[in-house]
Amino acid sequence: MKLFLKFDFTKISNVVLQEKLNAHNLKYQQSAFGEIELLEKVSAQQLEAFNDSIKNYGIYIIEDAKNIIVQKIKDAIMEMVFSEQNQISVKTSVFLSEKLNQSYSYLSNLFSEVTFTSIENYVILQKIEYTKTLLIKDELSLTEIAYKLNYSSVAHLSKQFKNTTGITPSAFQRIILKRKEIRTDQ
Amino acid sequence: MNKEYINIALADDDEDDILFFTEAFEELRIKNKVSTFKDGIELMIYLEKLEGELPDLLFLDLNMPKKSGMECLEEIKANRKFKDLIIAIYSTSSSEEDVENTFVLGANIYIKKPNNFEKLKKVLSEVVTTNWQYHTNSLNKENFLLRL
Repeated sequence: MKLFLKFDFTKISNVVLQEKLNAHNLKYQQSAFGEIELLEKVSAQQLEAFNDSIKNYGIYIIEDAKNIIVQKIKDAIMEMVFSEQNQISVKTSVFLSEKLNQSYSYLSNLFSEVTFTSIENYVILQKIEYTKTLLIKDELSLTEIAYKLNYSSVAHLSKQFKNTTGITPSAFQRIILKRKEIRTDQ
Repeated sequence: MNKEYINIALADDDEDDILFFTEAFEELRIKNKVSTFKDGIELMIYLEKLEGELPDLLFLDLNMPKKSGMECLEEIKANRKFKDLIIAIYSTSSSEEDVENTFVLGANIYIKKPNNFEKLKKVLSEVVTTNWQYHTNSLNKENFLLRL
């Protein structure tokens, strides 16, 4: 005997999804097909367990997958910027595409979409934030920091600091110190 | 999970300015909620009474009648409840001394207000985006200084 079947894919997808969401005690609202709004805070483990249980049905959480790649890019950037040997001298684009095994244009588009900034700007932001910490906490000179962070010259770092924050490194240092003085006076 | 929008408060006595700012916010890619106040007194009453979610980012006009942006800044900085609030001060003109003094008193951002809408949009976009980076990457807010 042969049976001929007809599938309502939309219905199947929705029923599977509802069953799995209920099985994981997730309170939700379906906003559109393929779009679920979780109504309560969900832990990373809960989400992962849910993710695992729907994978077998060929259902994947897209937003989360994007966030995972973005996090990997960020981790790789931190490794590149803050590595103690500071000898990673290849270009950011080459380093990232080799590390994550994806084309740089794919990574860079995804990154901008999720974080609202570019990879280039993110790298600069991280370097400048680290410079601030070194200036204040470790009281390193800008020359020492430029060397530590692999800048070609102290002038380059100084210019990038000013371009990013709108103030010079020395003004930054002065302001933070004055703030501390005010606080200890009170 | 991270929340997906930024909560903005804005205090300005000029209705046109409020209109320009809110229009600029509407065009941003980062989703946002905006509450507006017509002077410093109205703002401070709101903040003091607030028990729920505080704004993430506050825009303060430096020159307002009754209570100036500077007075609001000092009151906010004196209250631990508002320690996570990022404050952006803006003014049409500014001396170096004013800018530095504002930062020393605890402002994070100083904006010299541009005189056309396109530039204003660009500046506000940069402020909100930078603030978003601090927020989503847990950067040290004590070191958040931005002058535009």
